Amino acid sequence: MKEDSQSNRWLTAALLAPTSLWFLVMLIFPLIVILVFSFGERAAVGGYAGGFTFEQYANLPSRLKAFQNTMIIAPAGTLLCLLVAYPLAYFLAVKVSRQYKLILLVLVIVPFWTSLLVRTYAWIFILGGRGIPTLLEFIGFEGVRLINTQGAVLVGIVYGYLPLMVFPLFVSLEKLDKTLLEASSDLGGSPFKTFLQVTLPLSMPGIATGCMLVFILLMGEFLIPAFLGGGKVFFIGNALVDLFLQSRNWPFGAAVSVTLVAIMLITVSLYMRLTMGGKSGRDQSLM
Amino acid sequence: MTMRIYAIAVFLFLYVPIGIIVLFSFNAGRHASELRGLSVQWYGKALSNAFVGDAFFTSLTIALSVAVLSSLMGTTAALALQRMKGKMRVLFDGLIYVSVMVPGIVIGIATLVALVTVFDFLNPLLAALWPEGIKPPKLSMGYASVIAAHTLFTMSLVIILVRARIAGMDRALIEASMDLYATPWRTFYQVTLPQIYPAILAGFLLSFTFSFDDFIISFFVAGANTTLPIYIFASIRRGITPEVNAIGTMVLAASLFLLMATQFLLRNKKNRGTSE
Repeated sequence: MKEDSQSNRWLTAALLAPTSLWFLVMLIFPLIVILVFSFGERAAVGGYAGGFTFEQYANLPSRLKAFQNTMIIAPAGTLLCLLVAYPLAYFLAVKVSRQYKLILLVLVIVPFWTSLLVRTYAWIFILGGRGIPTLLEFIGFEGVRLINTQGAVLVGIVYGYLPLMVFPLFVSLEKLDKTLLEASSDLGGSPFKTFLQVTLPLSMPGIATGCMLVFILLMGEFLIPAFLGGGKVFFIGNALVDLFLQSRNWPFGAAVSVTLVAIMLITVSLYMRLTMGGKSGRDQSLM
Repeated sequence: MTMRIYAIAVFLFLYVPIGIIVLFSFNAGRHASELRGLSVQWYGKALSNAFVGDAFFTSLTIALSVAVLSSLMGTTAALALQRMKGKMRVLFDGLIYVSVMVPGIVIGIATLVALVTVFDFLNPLLAALWPEGIKPPKLSMGYASVIAAHTLFTMSLVIILVRARIAGMDRALIEASMDLYATPWRTFYQVTLPQIYPAILAGFLLSFTFSFDDFIISFFVAGANTTLPIYIFASIRRGITPEVNAIGTMVLAASLFLLMATQFLLRNKKNRGTSE
């Protein structure tokens, strides 16, 4: 018996070895290098020169605009995604008959698994000079500029990440016990009250998951602002590409990366604690 | 009723942009934004463009390697983690969580910086150790670095998918198999594997599409190589042409085909399972 558990342990270790190696070489080591670099200095020709200084972190305010944009547009985009996705998810989960439900859900999700690059550039077309602005000129609105604005970036965000939001919402609304809705209306609850007191609280897990997924991806977004923000509306991701590939200021870029990851770790941990806490509280109130 | 109209509007929002790209890829005119009759000439142009062909094969090679590596490593790791408890388990859960959460752009940058630093250190060493007269190998960014960086994310994706499947699995079947004196290997092959197979297949195809469509990680770690998304990005920077639309349409069609193939395979498997 003892021999058996010994060989079992070896088997577990062997199964985990390649994955452990990967985590070590491709995750832990690069993150440590970035952390070390962020305390270094920029070499004269670009790249990295050794040292220990907080200069790079002190210099962060020079990229304040990128941080501001990201910290405002990422949550705003997440919220907008939720507002657009929720009625659709509700419709698919509660109103559509069983036979069409799955097909329609697949139709919503399919675009997410096709190239975000190609889908985003479609909007350069639509919002650009010969797209909607030309149509607007026909009906008398001259000189409307849509592309390279915050609005354009927000449209791109909703378009790109809507499927990711709909899916978890659908899953939690689908599980919703319809007899609860009937009970609420039988007891004289208005549809609005039913929604507010029954549907919404019960779909909270879906809302929490969807918002977290979209928010995480938006914090590191590069393509959507690059295409639809045109250098005017840029995220931390765009600043990073500029720092590493154009100005080759590695230590400063490393400091920006470390700060981005730190912000994400803190917000996501806080968010998870908040939503988890809310969940247990609600379970108690339900009883 | 209002809900139905709303749903139709959202579906239009999702599909009209894709439709516009497809429509304009059949443009007979030379300018991307003016539709002048229909033709397939841009598909011919795109397909005979050597750069596009090279980029496509680069992307295909990388995506296939990523899919194979991550489904193998992800599945074995998920199986191992399921037998584990305690501190090691917490450590691995943490690593999986971090590897999924750290933005692709940071993974790309960190990998670039780390590998370039290591290569700068190793290359003179290799050159010194190598025998005279033979050209020493030079380590540089390329296929391997893209594959390794993509696999970090997709491997964690497979672990999560397979683990969810294992959690929903019927333990009684495994116990029954053990009670009937099947060897652990036989139990795995005849009981566990058929049950987790759909998750592995889904993981394989999702890993492939992720890698095939990824731009930002490859942008940093591909070195001198050009993947298809990198080529499309560079073309768009130079100006949108009907040729880019044709390439984009083909990329969309390829992903759609793969997704449909997954659905078909998964359904087929399920049907066979119930008919037996």
